[in-house]
Order: sequence, then structure tokens, then C-alpha cells
Amino acid sequence: MAENVNGDAFVEFARVQKSYDGETLVVKDLNLALPKGEFLTMLGPSGSGKTTCLMMLAGFETATHGDILLDGQSINNIPPHKRGIGMVFQNYALFPHMTVAENLAFPLEVRKIGKSDREAKVKRALDMVQMGDFGGRRPGQLSGGQQQRIALARALVFEPELVLMDEPLGALDKQLREHMQFEITRLAHELGITTVYVTHDQTEALTMSDRVAVFDDGRIQQLAPPDQLYESPQNSFVAQFIGENNTLEGVVKSINGDHCIVTLENGEEIDAKPVNVTQPGERTKVSIRPERVEFNKERLSDDAHTLKAVVKEFIYMGDIFRFRLSVAGNDDFIVKTRNAPDAVKLKPGEQIEIGWLATDCHALDA
Amino acid sequence: MSEETQTGPVLAADGRPLKQSLARSLRNQKLRALALIAPLLIFVLFSFIWPIGVMLFRSVENGEVAETLPNTVAALNDWDSTAGDLPPEAVYQAFTEDMVVAIAAKNHTKIGTRLNYEKTGMSSMFRRSGRTMKKWDPETDGPFKEKLIDVHDGWGDIETWKTIQTHSVKYTNGYFLNAVDMQRTPEGAQAQPEEKRILVKLFGRTMWMSMIIMGSCILLGYPVAYILANLPARKANLLMILVLLPFWTSLLVRTSAWKVMLQQQGVINDVLVWIGLVADDARLIMINNQFGTIVAMTHILLPFMILPMYSVMQTIPETYVRASKSLGATNWTTFWRVYFPQSVPGIGAGSILVFILSIGYYITPEIVGGTKGVFISNRIAYHISSSLNWGLAAALGAILLAAVLILYWAYDKIVGIDNVKLG
Repeated sequence: MAENVNGDAFVEFARVQKSYDGETLVVKDLNLALPKGEFLTMLGPSGSGKTTCLMMLAGFETATHGDILLDGQSINNIPPHKRGIGMVFQNYALFPHMTVAENLAFPLEVRKIGKSDREAKVKRALDMVQMGDFGGRRPGQLSGGQQQRIALARALVFEPELVLMDEPLGALDKQLREHMQFEITRLAHELGITTVYVTHDQTEALTMSDRVAVFDDGRIQQLAPPDQLYESPQNSFVAQFIGENNTLEGVVKSINGDHCIVTLENGEEIDAKPVNVTQPGERTKVSIRPERVEFNKERLSDDAHTLKAVVKEFIYMGDIFRFRLSVAGNDDFIVKTRNAPDAVKLKPGEQIEIGWLATDCHALDA
Repeated sequence: MSEETQTGPVLAADGRPLKQSLARSLRNQKLRALALIAPLLIFVLFSFIWPIGVMLFRSVENGEVAETLPNTVAALNDWDSTAGDLPPEAVYQAFTEDMVVAIAAKNHTKIGTRLNYEKTGMSSMFRRSGRTMKKWDPETDGPFKEKLIDVHDGWGDIETWKTIQTHSVKYTNGYFLNAVDMQRTPEGAQAQPEEKRILVKLFGRTMWMSMIIMGSCILLGYPVAYILANLPARKANLLMILVLLPFWTSLLVRTSAWKVMLQQQGVINDVLVWIGLVADDARLIMINNQFGTIVAMTHILLPFMILPMYSVMQTIPETYVRASKSLGATNWTTFWRVYFPQSVPGIGAGSILVFILSIGYYITPEIVGGTKGVFISNRIAYHISSSLNWGLAAALGAILLAAVLILYWAYDKIVGIDNVKLG
């Protein structure tokens, strides 16, 4: 995966802005570059500008300012049908009046590919998504999952180098979605295509992508591989948006390299890793993942700070236990532990002390 | 838990057949549904289905001759019309008996009117003979053959008696034969004389002019419906009002407006003359002909084409168009291969609606159609209100109804009525 993205970028957004009404910017100064073969996910809440970015790349929206480059060429003035970008739509957009095979042959026909060649390619694409026997059916006769596969095959059949997917799994049930996540990533990597994937489902983003761009308010808040995104969020939006997260507010008391001490609102102190804070006195939100909270004091270092906590609720979830605690005035502090043989089952009302490693707790912007 | 296998019908818990139980439980629901639609059903039955049925029945009903001249009809049974001789005295005797009764009841003019549809002159013949014959006594004043021929030559014409004989049946196909430019003769169905053949031509004209009107509605309506369906809601609503505006204006006003526009001293001709496209002495004739009818009716029926098209186009998601373009199709290919096929149900619905409305149209062709631009319905109206030949009007109406049903059936076979969406 290329960290340097300027020289050999396959797709590049350079200072792209988009406004629909001339008053507000939906996309504010977007800079993004991805190398060939990368699977990039644009993740964000609705209205964050991610779909607009995708539509600008596909050519259905024009950028108000800035350049979109494909393989080094600006494509701002190229109409969508000449861009050669495959696209999978949210509701599949399979043409209802054509059979599956006709749907797949459509992009080949408009490219004036001969009949025998066309049939071979359609067959290969159908086999690729394990739908070889369905060529004669109409989209209306297929289940959601099958339609999804056909839509995928249709976007790939003309062998585009770039494929865009706009929340393609949104309409599927959980099990099917997980299966398709795997299929899509497998195909993308096997065929070596560059993929830009838009979703608001963070699990999807984390499991499928090489890198994830987290969008909010028209900007990319963080662009990083999934593990970095989860473990080292760069600001409180990302921390909140990706995965489950506990937040406590306070003021930085002291900073020492990559370790700082934060005084919470009730006077208690905790350890954290400074991310967006630079000097004592700054307000901060500290963020800690539920599974990184420790209530076995023996596993913490001797000088670690701890917090008093009262167990409010215990939820049994099978593979994990989930506790809701009251910590420093926050009644929604969640802790998760694995259902291991030696797991402690805390009962509501119990008073305990919790702590964590300083590296797991991030002091972010307030 | 019984292990025995049931061979008979499935039983409900109380041992009754399940079907019976189901019917019982649904009965109340059905009764309530029936009660809800009953007022409308009764209204439609009495104000629509029953009168139409009665009217259509008139197309075959033919009781006048047999009822008014029962003895004559019986006597004519023995007469061979092909022999070339006048009927024997017995027929004249029977006719006089019948006429005296009919004159007393003032029925002789009715039968004259009825037979006049078949042979012109019969009406006045009956009326004139009636004035003389009312003084006759059938018992004593005979023989009548000479006397009758004295009163009116017509009674000495074989054709007169042939006509009476031919149209003495109680149920006749005569009106239907007339409706397709044929006539009922003693020798069977035969074509009408050349100068009287107008109805088949009128049927044909009604059909092809309706086709032209339907076609121009499609051509004019499709782009409008497309724009309506693809505009933002606020602008679309405004445009929609413009489309619906004609609905809120009286049909007569709109048609008369076309008269003002199209006539030779009218707005369009004046403008054309003023800009010099047309010489003052060569003003275009755009009204009282087929052109006028087509223009005015296209305008009037356009909303019926636009609305179904619009409602179908609205349901075509924009993603199809986008998907097509992303697959490499040009704008035209996208329209022709992806958008248009999906809008066909709307065209179908609009076309059926416009076509059926237009072949039955009456007011507009009457006002702007002149003689060359009138439809079969104008002829029906003429026979209903002027010539009072209701039998022929009913036969024409029945044919029109059958034509519509056949077209509807054909459309269902070809396009499928399930594919028609009105909204």
C-alpha cells in the first residue's frame, strides 16, 4: 500500500469543492489520492459529502472547484459514459426490462464488442459471481443477494480499472451482507481493480478496506488503514464514529512526551496519550475503547491512575460480557470483557476501580 | 394424536369441512363490502347499464310492422315476391283491416316513419293514405286493390310490398346491415346503392383520425411528461397546473377558441398573412375539415396522454439512467434502450385512453369538423335527435362499443393490460 500518493496516484482529488446552492459547501477542500489496486472506503454519516464525492468521480456531479484526476488526466470535462468507470448502485439499478444476460451484455454492446466475444465475457462474469445459470432470468425474479451479484458482475464485465460502489450492501440482511463483503473484497483483489466504496456502516469499512477515509462536514477527518483508524483516532469525531467508545471530559494537567495526565471534572486523574493536545490547561476529551478498560489492578502498572466506578448494569451477550458503569459522572461508561473461563461477573451495585494503559487512552480535541 | 390419514376434505376443529368454515367466516366481510358498494352499484345499474342495454336492444328490435299490420304480414306469407306480380286481393283486404285499426289508434304514421328508413317516400304514403282510408269499412267497401292504388301509386308497386314483407320480422339484422352500408332485401343482405354508402367510410375515418390524434398526442405529450417527471417538485407542480388548466375550462369554450384561431379570418391566418407567409387571397383552410378536428381534439385530449405517461415516468428512478451512462452508453442510447422501454406502459395507457375517448368524441368534431371532419358519433347523434332512427343509432353504437372492446382485447394480448399504469 502506497503511503506516498502524489507521483503514482491512479485517482486523485485535488482541492475539490462542491456546492449545490452557491451558499454552502457540501464538500470542502477535498484532497485524496489512491494508488492503483487500492480498496478505499469513504465512510461517514449521511450528509457528510461522501456520496457527492463518489458522484463527482463518476461524472454525475460536477466539481464546483478543483480537479479530479484519473490516471493523471483531469476528467472534469469528460462525460460519465466516456470515463469507463464501473459502478454499483445502492438499489442495484438492474434494468428491469432486460434479462440478466442482456443487462450484462449492455456495456459490451455499447462498446461495439462482437456477439461471440460478448457472450463469452457475459458467461465469464456470471460464473465469477456464481450466477452462471441465471442469465435468462429477469432481475425481478431474483432475490436481493442475487441482484447484488448481478449488479457487481455488470460493473465488472467491461473490465474497468476503477469501480465505484455506492452503499451496495445497504438493502441486504446481515448474514448476506457479511458474505458479500467477503466476495467483493476477494473479487477486487483477484482482479486487481481499484475500488472506491461508499458506506455508512463502519464494520463494512473496517473489514473490507485497505484504507478508510472518514468523512464529516465535507472534509476527510482521517484517512488511514482500518487498524490505525480504530486504535489511533486523530480526533473525537473519528473516535466516536468508529466502533464503540467511552468519552470523559477534562483538562490536561501535565504532558510528558507521549504521556499526559488529565484531570476529570470531578477531580479524579487519569493517564492518556496526547493526540490533539499540546500544553497543560487545554480542555480535552479522552477516549477509551470498552475492551481496553481493565478492572484487574494487578495488570496495570504500579503508578497507573485509577477511577472509582459503580456497576449499573450487566448484559450477557454470549461471546462477551458488557457492563455499564458510572464513572466520573458518566453513567454510560461501557466495559466489555471476553467470556473467558476466568472472567469476572460483576453485579449491579458493586463498587470497583478501573484503569487502563496510557497508550490505549487518547486525549483528543474537546 | 390420531395417526389415521385423512382422505376426504380437510376438516376444521369442529368437524365441518374447512372450506365451509372459511366461507362462513368470510361471509360477513363480503356482505359488508357489498353493502358499501351497493349504492354505487344500484346507481350504475339504473343509470348506465340498464339504459345502455335497452338502447342496444333497439338495434335488433323490430316489432312495429308485425304489431301494427298483423293480418297483412300473415297474408304476405303466401305471396311470392320474386314472381313479379302484385300481391293478391287478400293482402289488400288484410292491409285495409290493419290500417283502419291503426288509423283509429293513430299508429299508421309510426309505421310509415319506420318503413321510410328503408324506402324513402313510405312515410308520406302512409300519411296520405291514412286520410282517405279512415272513412273505409273493411267489411263492405272491398275489393281494395284498385282503390288503394288509386289513393297512391305506391300500393301498386311491388317494391312497397317487398319492403313490408322484408321488415315484418320481430327481430331484424336490418339496422346492423344499414350500419355497414348494406340493406335487408327479400333476396338477402345486399350493398346499399353507391350514393348512400357513407357509414363504413365514416367508421374508417373515425378510426384513422383517432389514430392520428393519438399519435400527435404521443409526440406532443411525451416530452412534456418527461420534463414534468424530471423537474424538481416545485416547478413540476407549476407546470402540472398548466397541463391541467384545460380540464378546468369548458370543453365548448376551448373548442370555440379553436374556431377563432383557425378560421380563414382567424388569428393564425391573420398572423400568417401579416408576416407575409401566406397571400391574403390564399388564406389557409384550417377549419371545418379534418385538420381542424385533429388540431382541436389533440389539444383537448393531450392531458389524458400526459398524465398516465407522467405517472409512469415518475416511477423510473434516475439511477437507471446513471447506471446506463456509467456502463458507457451515450445519452441517446440511454434514452432509447433504458428509459424509453420503461416508459412504454405509460404510452400504452395514454394511447388507450386517448383513442377510446376520441373514437367516441362528438362535440368537437361537430363544431370544428364541418362535413369532412365529423366522426361516426356525430352520425349517431343525428339519428338519435334528428332522423329519430334509433334502431340505426343503436346499431352504430353497438358496433362502436364492440370495436373498442376488440381493440382493448387486442391491446391486452399484445402489450398486456397489467403493463398499463394510470398512476
